[in-house]
Amino acid sequence: MSTPVLDVRGLAYAYPDGHQALFGVDLHVHRGERVALLGPNGAGKTTLVLHLNGILSAGAGTVRVSGLPVEKAHLAEIRRRVGVVFQDPDDQLFSATVRHDVAFGPANLGLRGAELDRRVMNALEKVGMLDFVDRPPHHLSFGQRRRVAVATVLAMEPEILVLDEPSSNLDPTARRELADILRSLDVTVLMVTHDLPYALELCPRTVVLHDGVVAADGPTYDIMSDAALLRRHRLELPFGFDPRQIGGLTA
Amino acid sequence: MGAGHGHRLHFHGHSPVHRAQPHHKLIALVGFMLVVVATPRDFYPVFAVYAAMVLVVIRLSTVPLGYLAKRLVIEVPFVVFAVLMPFVAHGPQVEVLGLNVSGPGLLAAWGLLVKGTLGVLASLTLAATTEPADVLLGLRRLRMPELIVQIMGFMIRYLDVVTDELRRMLIAMRSRGCDPRSPRHWPALARTLGALFIRSYERGERVHLAMISRGYATRSR
Repeated sequence: MSTPVLDVRGLAYAYPDGHQALFGVDLHVHRGERVALLGPNGAGKTTLVLHLNGILSAGAGTVRVSGLPVEKAHLAEIRRRVGVVFQDPDDQLFSATVRHDVAFGPANLGLRGAELDRRVMNALEKVGMLDFVDRPPHHLSFGQRRRVAVATVLAMEPEILVLDEPSSNLDPTARRELADILRSLDVTVLMVTHDLPYALELCPRTVVLHDGVVAADGPTYDIMSDAALLRRHRLELPFGFDPRQIGGLTA
Repeated sequence: MGAGHGHRLHFHGHSPVHRAQPHHKLIALVGFMLVVVATPRDFYPVFAVYAAMVLVVIRLSTVPLGYLAKRLVIEVPFVVFAVLMPFVAHGPQVEVLGLNVSGPGLLAAWGLLVKGTLGVLASLTLAATTEPADVLLGLRRLRMPELIVQIMGFMIRYLDVVTDELRRMLIAMRSRGCDPRSPRHWPALARTLGALFIRSYERGERVHLAMISRGYATRSR
C-alpha cells in the first residue's frame, strides 16, 4: 500500500492546564479518500485537527503527512500539504479584498507575480467565486465567505483538505452548493462535523472520536445504521432521517 | 450585506480629489493640520483662508456638504468643552449677549472650535474620497512600518465584525428586559463590554491561528 497522506500513530496530548484531550489516536487516511470525523463536543476533534498542521505538537506519538513527520523543521512544508479551513470564515478572511486573502497562503510560500495570480484565480474558480475577486470579504454572504475560506486553502494546493464544521450556519442551498464543490475537488478530505447526513452524503468513510480515542472507524453507512453505536458515542441522526432509505456510498 | 462596497465614511465618486494619489492626500492633510494648529488663534483672517481652502477641496470632490456636516457630529464633545471654557476660565471679564464671561477663555474656546472643526472637516474629506484600503496603501508608500499598517488594516477589517457582535449582545440584553441606556443597568453593560473584549481577544488568537496555518509564522522578515 502507498504511503498514507495522513498517518497518525499513538497521538496523545494534554493542554498546559493539565486537561488531557487525546489518549492515543491512530488514524490513517489514504490519497483520494473523503473521511468524516465525528464525535460529541469535547471529544478532542479540534485538538486533533490542530496537530495535523503542527499548531500543537504531540505529547506522545507521531503525525506524518505523506511520510513527512510534523516537526518544527518541516512546518512550512507541512502547512502547505495540510490545508485547514476553520469553522468561522471571519477568522480566516482578514484582508481588504478576496484576492489578497486567497493570495495570502501562496505568498507565504514565496510565490509572486503571474504564478500567484494563477493560483488565486484557479482556487476561486473551483469554489465558483471568481466574480468576487475584488470585493471585500466582509460584504459577502456567509455561504460565500465559507467558499472563499475554502479557496484560501486550495490556493496552497494542499494534499489534504481539513474542514472544521463546513456545513455549520449555512442555509440548505449554500450547504448543498458547498457539497457539490467538495465533491468536485480532486483532493483528500478530512471533515470534522456534527452534520451526520452531510457526512453520509460526502464521505464514504467515517471515524468516530470519543474521549480522546478513535472509538469506531468504518464505512459511513455501517456506522450511521448502527443505532447502539451512535447512542454510545453521543451521536444522533436528525429526526426522521433513516440512512437505510438512502443507502451507502461506495467506498 | 452592505450596499456593495466602501465604508460608511466613504462617498463614492470619480472627482479629481477621489483620483489623487492616497499618499499625496495624506501628506496634504497632515501638513494642513500642522499649519492650522501652529497658527496663533488671533490671526482671524488666516482662518477664513483655511476654511475657504477646505471648502474648495470639498467642492472639487463633489461630496455634498450635508454629508460631511452630519458626520461632524463626532466633534460634539469638543464643542461642549469649548462652550464651557469662557465660563470657567479666569482673567478679565467681557460682556457677550448680556453674559459676563472670561476674555482669555473666549479666545481659547474660539481657537479650539475653529482648529478642531477645520481638522475634522479635512479628515472627513479624506475619508470620504479615499477607500480605507487606499489609505493603508498611502501609509505604506510613506514608509510607515509594515507592522503598524497591518495592525491598522486588521482594525478596519474587524471593526464591523466587532460592532456587529456588540449590537447582537445589546439586542440579547434588551430581549431579557435590560435597558443598556439606564444607569441602573450600567454594571451589566460594563460586563458586556468586558465579554466583548475577551471575545475579540480570542478572535484575534483564532485569526492568528488561521494565518500561521497558511504559513505566516514561517515567513522571515
